[in-house]
Amino acid sequence: MAAIGASPSTLTDAAEVVALLVLLSEFAMLRSSLSRSQVRLYAFQSLCVAVLAGFVAATRHIGALYALMGLSFVLKVIIVPAIIFRLLRDVRVDVTAGHRLGVASMVMLAIALSVFGIVVVGRLPIHSRSLPILALAIATAVILVAFLLVIVRNDVVSQAVGFFSLENGVSVASLVLAAGLPLIVEVAFLFDLLVAVVVFGVLMRVHHGRARTLSTRGLERLRG
Amino acid sequence: MSAIIVAILVVPLATSLVCLKAAARVSRMLSLTSSGATFALALALVTSRQPTAAVAGWLRVDALSVVFLVAVTFLYVATTVFAVGYVRPGASPAALRYSRRFFAGLNLFAWSMTMATIVNGLALLWVAVEVTTIVSALLVAIDDTDGAAEAAWKYVLIASMGLGIALLATVVMYYAGSTVLGGSYELSYPRLLGAAAHFPHQIVRLSFGLAVLGYGTKMGLVPVHTWLPDAHSEAPTPVSAMLSGSLLTVSFYAILRFYQVTIRAIGPNFPRELLLVFGLASLALAALYLASQRDLKRLLAYSSVEHMGILAIGMSFSAPIAIVGVLLHVLAHAAAKATAFFGAGSVIRKFGTKDIGRIEGGVGALPWSGPMLLLAILALSAMPPFGIFRSEFLIVEGGLSGGGSALPAVLVVFVTLAFGGLSWFASQTMLTPTPDGVVRGEANAWMPASMVIGLVALVVLGVHPPPQLSGLLQRAAAELGAHR
Repeated sequence: MAAIGASPSTLTDAAEVVALLVLLSEFAMLRSSLSRSQVRLYAFQSLCVAVLAGFVAATRHIGALYALMGLSFVLKVIIVPAIIFRLLRDVRVDVTAGHRLGVASMVMLAIALSVFGIVVVGRLPIHSRSLPILALAIATAVILVAFLLVIVRNDVVSQAVGFFSLENGVSVASLVLAAGLPLIVEVAFLFDLLVAVVVFGVLMRVHHGRARTLSTRGLERLRG
Repeated sequence: MSAIIVAILVVPLATSLVCLKAAARVSRMLSLTSSGATFALALALVTSRQPTAAVAGWLRVDALSVVFLVAVTFLYVATTVFAVGYVRPGASPAALRYSRRFFAGLNLFAWSMTMATIVNGLALLWVAVEVTTIVSALLVAIDDTDGAAEAAWKYVLIASMGLGIALLATVVMYYAGSTVLGGSYELSYPRLLGAAAHFPHQIVRLSFGLAVLGYGTKMGLVPVHTWLPDAHSEAPTPVSAMLSGSLLTVSFYAILRFYQVTIRAIGPNFPRELLLVFGLASLALAALYLASQRDLKRLLAYSSVEHMGILAIGMSFSAPIAIVGVLLHVLAHAAAKATAFFGAGSVIRKFGTKDIGRIEGGVGALPWSGPMLLLAILALSAMPPFGIFRSEFLIVEGGLSGGGSALPAVLVVFVTLAFGGLSWFASQTMLTPTPDGVVRGEANAWMPASMVIGLVALVVLGVHPPPQLSGLLQRAAAELGAHR
């Protein structure tokens, strides 16, 4: 953290910019039409989250958060994208199956959701010493857009990435609200995520093995 | 006492690991022993009057945990007995691989659910519930059919998204606690409950709402229940029984833990109203859907949605007796729904289809499972002398004694409607003459034996619950704030 010596307002501004990058990468994921670039965007988003963790660790002097930053870097920037890249290489699919809405209406909807999230959180009586409250508002927007991503995209990779980025949103929220959460609990969360990624990977393979595609358009036999 | 808790944590996990490598015979015997031992250990905790902690406070068992622990471990026993008959023994490598995976998965699934009931704190609870999702999603997919792949994908995605919301609820509750307990503390139940009276109201309200939405997804509350019928119908039958009988109630347990903190912080009105809305929606929609199902296991899945709705409505009644009824309902529903799924499993194997229109003469074809499935359906419809009659009676009585009569009346109407759907199915499939080509007889003794276990438990719960159990339910209801 080179910026430790800077004035508090500069630091806060920097944190807000990084938090904004988390939201922007979520938007980019939403509209990206290549699975690979979606995964890369997820890795970038995770990197931003790790930077925010480092920021909180440095400003609040919580040593455990450095460990958390390292762990989430290894897991979310390296291992998770590697697992999905491997899957994509094996099944030789790169273009996603598209979306249920047009790009324009999708992005408009995402903007509306973000504004809604930011306005609602702004009304909450929350005061955090670790990150500006705007970061929590942005985290809420990320979570809402992640839901939109899972709902409108039609392939298993986008849906899985949507879930992982939802988790990134919750991570940012927990940096704002629960920076002091014991490390062992945070590690348990991350371990859970790792297992979830493996299971998502297994089920994606099962799906591809049976349907010969990563699209979810065929998944409509069970209803009612 | 703390040794018992540690044993409950270790036994199923160790069994699961051994099953991955053991011969088919060994894993069957070991699973039976493990489930029996875990259930016995859980029963040993029933009479304990004080909360017990273990492993440096990370584990903790109070009356509320024991109620759910008993439900989960009882189902573990019954399901293992059924599974021993259900998983066909075979000498081929594929059969051995399936059997190994299946029993390892089953024990691990049971382990993850027992863990959820004995960990101490909202954060660890979330971790345990997420583990139950991951393990059970693999079990749903284990049959490797198109339907199973589709159901498993929808399940893991929808449940994980729901649990993402539940994690947010946990983080928000942590923030509410940190305003009183300081910046760094663990989310253990005694600390939260001790300080809850001073938590900021709006934040607790937000947290509880998120928790009901998030964990409600896994519990199968309408409108976030959509994964449930698919997963229940496509999973292997023993897994369906565990999903319905214990997994859903474990998520309900998670909601109750939030409820406990919330009523101490902001009083009972908001949580009751919220649970009432979700409960009524679930009960009403499930009762209507029940009448239109063509798939035997989907029918039972919608019956689960109905019963989860009843649990949520029961929590919204203010009288203490309704809360006792809700906790009894957790136990009785576990036994009844598992027995019904076991019977459905035998029927599906006999007729080779899940389509209600193509199943005829079940009672004639299956001399034991057929009549017992009918009894289980009657039990699910709250007929005496079974446990659900007693629990729903308590819930309705609690609703009436709370003042209003409209809600209990609505409850009774929808339960009756659901009874209509279930009994239509029963008369169409079970009581019709058996077609000529169908051979009369059971596949093996294990599958009907598991149903006997379930029915005996239902009769005990309905006719005369043991006084130790009644005492436990009273204590758990008091922990949920029933005296307020």
